[in-house]
Amino acid sequence: MSSDITPPVERPKTTGLHVGEAAPGVAKTDPIIVVDGVRRTFGGLTAVNVDHLEIPRGAITALIGPNGAGKTTLFNLLTGFDRPDAGSWTFDGKSISGMPAFKVARLGQVRTFQLTKALGLLTVLENMKLGAKHQIGERFWQSLFPFFWRRQELEIEDRAVGILKKFKLDAKSEDFAASLSGGQRKLLEMARALMSEPQLVMLDEPMAGVNPALTQSLLEHILDLKDEGMTVLFVEHDMHMVRHIADWVIVMAEGRVVAEGDPITVMRNPAVIDAYLGAHQELDLGVVTGRYEAEDADPTTDALASDTVEVSDIEEEASEESK
Amino acid sequence: MDWIQILNNSASSIISPATLAYALAALGLAVHFGYAGLLNMGIAGFMALGAYGYAIGILTFNLPWWAAALLGLAASAVFALILGIPTLRLRGDYLAIVTIAAAEVLRLLFLTTTFDEVTGSADGLSGYHGSFRASNPIPEGTYGFGPFMYNEIGWWVRILGIIALILAAVTVWRLMSSPWGRVLKGIREDEDAVRALGKNVFSYKLTALVVGGVIAAAGGIVYALPSAVNPGVYVTSLTFFVYTALLLGGAATVFGPLVGSLIFWVLQTVLGNVLPAAVDAGLLPFMSNIQAQTLRFILVGIALMLIVIFRPQGILGNKKELTFVK
Repeated sequence: MSSDITPPVERPKTTGLHVGEAAPGVAKTDPIIVVDGVRRTFGGLTAVNVDHLEIPRGAITALIGPNGAGKTTLFNLLTGFDRPDAGSWTFDGKSISGMPAFKVARLGQVRTFQLTKALGLLTVLENMKLGAKHQIGERFWQSLFPFFWRRQELEIEDRAVGILKKFKLDAKSEDFAASLSGGQRKLLEMARALMSEPQLVMLDEPMAGVNPALTQSLLEHILDLKDEGMTVLFVEHDMHMVRHIADWVIVMAEGRVVAEGDPITVMRNPAVIDAYLGAHQELDLGVVTGRYEAEDADPTTDALASDTVEVSDIEEEASEESK
Repeated sequence: MDWIQILNNSASSIISPATLAYALAALGLAVHFGYAGLLNMGIAGFMALGAYGYAIGILTFNLPWWAAALLGLAASAVFALILGIPTLRLRGDYLAIVTIAAAEVLRLLFLTTTFDEVTGSADGLSGYHGSFRASNPIPEGTYGFGPFMYNEIGWWVRILGIIALILAAVTVWRLMSSPWGRVLKGIREDEDAVRALGKNVFSYKLTALVVGGVIAAAGGIVYALPSAVNPGVYVTSLTFFVYTALLLGGAATVFGPLVGSLIFWVLQTVLGNVLPAAVDAGLLPFMSNIQAQTLRFILVGIALMLIVIFRPQGILGNKKELTFVK
């Protein structure tokens, strides 16, 4: 399967994004989003607690972290889909804290969703046209008289067809979006977002549930966005993808930013390894629990350590941590 | 059984004011439910406002009939705003709860004796036909052919009803084939996705609620034009009859509500004539004549269930839609 895929041409990473040493909250040379003191709690749980964060313009930034780290909550806050308990943030120098989602989108900050939101009973082309901004025909009174909006509609359609071709969805343009596969829906959602000619594209797990072949083309599309001058911020779990396309990586854990930096350095950061992969990386749980002998342990683990540790010790430690 | 009479009655119901009124109400509901995905369970309230607004406008405010009709439509628009502003930000199910309750509140307000002088309470309102009949350009007499024989008043009501229906249908068709309608259909599918594309979802939903409400109120007015306003008409079951007509034709279509209302009323008339006749002829020995009249409403309920289960997109709905109905 993977042998069929031609490896993509390596594109240069954008560098020189930050000022000073890379650390959580480091200043960027040209930030598009600046976040200050944003906190969001759900009952007793603090989902997001970010003191300071800057997203660099014109680069691809990955937001990573384990489940429950607050990545999607931060996404929702920044795009106006959720309101924080405290904090402020700016987009392109303009304060957008507390602004409703549709106004944020109109400023040129468009997002996709973790659970793809293709509009099922609209055709693929209608989905695309919906993405375009400043449509005369979307105003109530003008919509009644086609001569007001017909010309603009044709221009929008041309642009939609162009983007669909690029995403190889043009053959499907008359089908209901509900008939697309999961991966195609992801493509459609991204293509639809592009119809609004955004400055910042925020993708929430663009690769989740997409087959390897389509992943490759999705990655290429994300890289294309940068080449076309857009800024990309995306949430992803797949480290390999992150390393491959991200210029900058922000790591979150338990609602906080724990590390920032270029992908290579960040992934060597012990805080990241601990947050992302958890403690006791070196142990083979099969040996610890006694399901098999130390000789059969996974060669990447520490067989001897696995053999000497007791299950109860780890459990005790885990319950200590969760307190 | 007198089949000629039954056929005559059934054919006549095709352009009866009740059919036209249901068609308008169902069209308004199509804007709410079919296109915008707003689960409005209070369509009877919108119709009541149209009818009462019209009658009260003439009887209490001495308005000419057309101004009273505008008053009825305006009342419905205000009702839509009052309902929509607090509820449209909530999830769809809440709108259903609020609208069904609001329609009942309205009906009880019309029914209470406190406002007897204006609303006529349980007696309803009648005797408001003066200026409407005076404006009738058709000379006195009986016109038509076959089952469609009506006097000048009957025709005047039907002609105005048909004009209102055509106007409403053209408006809805224009709206729904425009980018405005596309946004509305997008909201029906997933409002967060539409919000993320920079559309003011709340304002679209509110506009849709007003537009549909005004069309439904026009249905209420047409219903009240020929006879009287009776509070017993605008009950919750009216809402369900309109839903049956709408779903029968196809919720997200322009002609579906019209076809659905037509079939609904023709069937009602056929059953209303055939069932009692069958009892009289001894074909349904276990049933009295009155029970036979009630049986048709039971059949309406069964029909509504069957449509929703087996053909949710309605008669005129897109065949492809069936595959993807959630």
